[in-house]
Amino acid sequence: MRAAEVERMRRQARRRHIASRVTVYVLAAMAALFAAGPFLWAAITAFKENRDLYRRDNNPFIFNLAPTREHVDYLFTSTDFPTFVWNTLWVGLLVTAITLGLGLPAAYSLARLDRPWSGPMAIAIFFVYLVPPTLLFLSLSRVVVAAGLQDKTWALILVYPTITIPVSVWLLMGFLRAIPKDIEEQAMVDGYSRLGAFARIVLPLVFPGIVAVVVFAFTLTASEFIYALAFVSPTTEKPISTGVPTALVRGDVFFWQSLQAATVLVAVPIALVFNLFLNRFIAGFTMGAVKG
Amino acid sequence: MTQTSAPTAAVPEVEVGQRRRLADRDGLLAWVFLLPSVIYIVALAAIPFFLAIAFSFSDVTAGDPSFDWVGLRNYARVFDDPVFWQSLRNTVIFTAISMLLIVLLGKILANVLIADFRGKWLVRFLVLLPWTTPVALSTIAWLWLLDSVFSPIDWVLREVGVIDANMYWLGEPDLAIASVILVHVWRLVPLAAVIMMAGLVAIPRDVQEAAEVDGAGFWRRMFEITIPLTMPIIAVAALFGAILTFTDMTVVYVLTRGGPTNSTQVLASWAFFRGIEGGDVGQGAAIALFLFPLLLAAAVAILRSVRRMEVT
Repeated sequence: MRAAEVERMRRQARRRHIASRVTVYVLAAMAALFAAGPFLWAAITAFKENRDLYRRDNNPFIFNLAPTREHVDYLFTSTDFPTFVWNTLWVGLLVTAITLGLGLPAAYSLARLDRPWSGPMAIAIFFVYLVPPTLLFLSLSRVVVAAGLQDKTWALILVYPTITIPVSVWLLMGFLRAIPKDIEEQAMVDGYSRLGAFARIVLPLVFPGIVAVVVFAFTLTASEFIYALAFVSPTTEKPISTGVPTALVRGDVFFWQSLQAATVLVAVPIALVFNLFLNRFIAGFTMGAVKG
Repeated sequence: MTQTSAPTAAVPEVEVGQRRRLADRDGLLAWVFLLPSVIYIVALAAIPFFLAIAFSFSDVTAGDPSFDWVGLRNYARVFDDPVFWQSLRNTVIFTAISMLLIVLLGKILANVLIADFRGKWLVRFLVLLPWTTPVALSTIAWLWLLDSVFSPIDWVLREVGVIDANMYWLGEPDLAIASVILVHVWRLVPLAAVIMMAGLVAIPRDVQEAAEVDGAGFWRRMFEITIPLTMPIIAVAALFGAILTFTDMTVVYVLTRGGPTNSTQVLASWAFFRGIEGGDVGQGAAIALFLFPLLLAAAVAILRSVRRMEVT
């Protein structure tokens, strides 16, 4: 190849490289703006004074009057927002505990104990994840009433694992399959029982999967809307997903700044934690799906 | 966790042997491990599902929970109701349009998110916000963004001179439909992107590199290698998007409550208004059950995509 031609190709490659870099940055910026725009707008709103907010001619994106903390304070001192957060937290923690307690052994059974029914059973459990609350809420509300849990947060603790267990089993199967079988076999050769190998060897190794499930189950629980709306009506028993939309609207009057403050305050921590484990989710999902 | 293995020391030899044999029987262990989950799911998902079918043939209401068989009366009344047909049509339209947009945007986003660039962590964080935020709350952010008087979108459009008067996003049927679809797409694109990232990560690097060495450009590689190889996972992402769109009522409930005049009503929200707020459990159940055939079709399609993934 002649030197000139090599030079030309090199220049072309560099141009292509620069063009692709620019495209990536532009697309990334656009995606970030589109995704986070509503939250940005919510964050600006949260600190605005009423006189600033409710004027059509004001530029809505800047503070025409000095920012105020008044509405955020209102959210914490004069509404049930702290109660909603608390309800969501402890419902989420209990549901996550139930999910792990039931889901982890189930996932191990399906991923490792090689029964003839393992495959069909795994698929059946996956299908349960696809059954939406909107199909079951009417009959489950009867079940909740029969159990005497109506209008109590316990109703949600009872029902939410039906959403979280299937998806967690699926995720955990992916993580469990990634652990080499030899490790357990070696442990059993060394004198552990199957159960002992599970408890002492497999559990520590699958810890990243457990963390992923905790985050995932908690997020699902915090997002759930229709069960919470259908089963729990007293304000003090509501989680954030139904509490915030109802508590900060008086008749037709929306307390916009406080509402938006609540949205941002809930959105950011969940997204932060989720991002820490994003790569693990991707790994777990691929393994669960591809090898499922 | 809760399972403790037999302590090896300090326990008489025979007992250890027995326990060991029990704990080593994989077949038994498999059932013992699986049963709690299965019982839980059967009790709180399978039985309620059949209960829902039973309710749809009954006259159960909020005021009168006693069960009387009424045959197909609920279905007949549901079919006579124009709002039901409107809801069914809206559900299908919302799902179809959202799914198309979600796949397209999710594909682009997945490609951006696996590229290496500065500030990637921040971009990922911002992009995932719509998906990780509880949907009721993010929909409230949109409710305010689409406010009839103070919408910043309208403000920008007014400033640029495109419109003179506000758009009433949630007040006009067409705009309300567009708004609901927009929020669904906005919320589900990140999920689709994450699923597709999983697919992209799984493509062996050497396939890509070999094609690049052979002189295949970006688009050529995209359409002849990446997309064919990740087709099953794209299908999975699309179906997840579809399922989460047609079974969800949160966006409609918070944004429009089905209005104006039921133009954004979907099956799920209509079942809720009928069954919980209207108290007519039988009719609500009949409406909700119409989600099931759609759901089953999507589930079977997901399964087939996943099967195909095993082959590749």
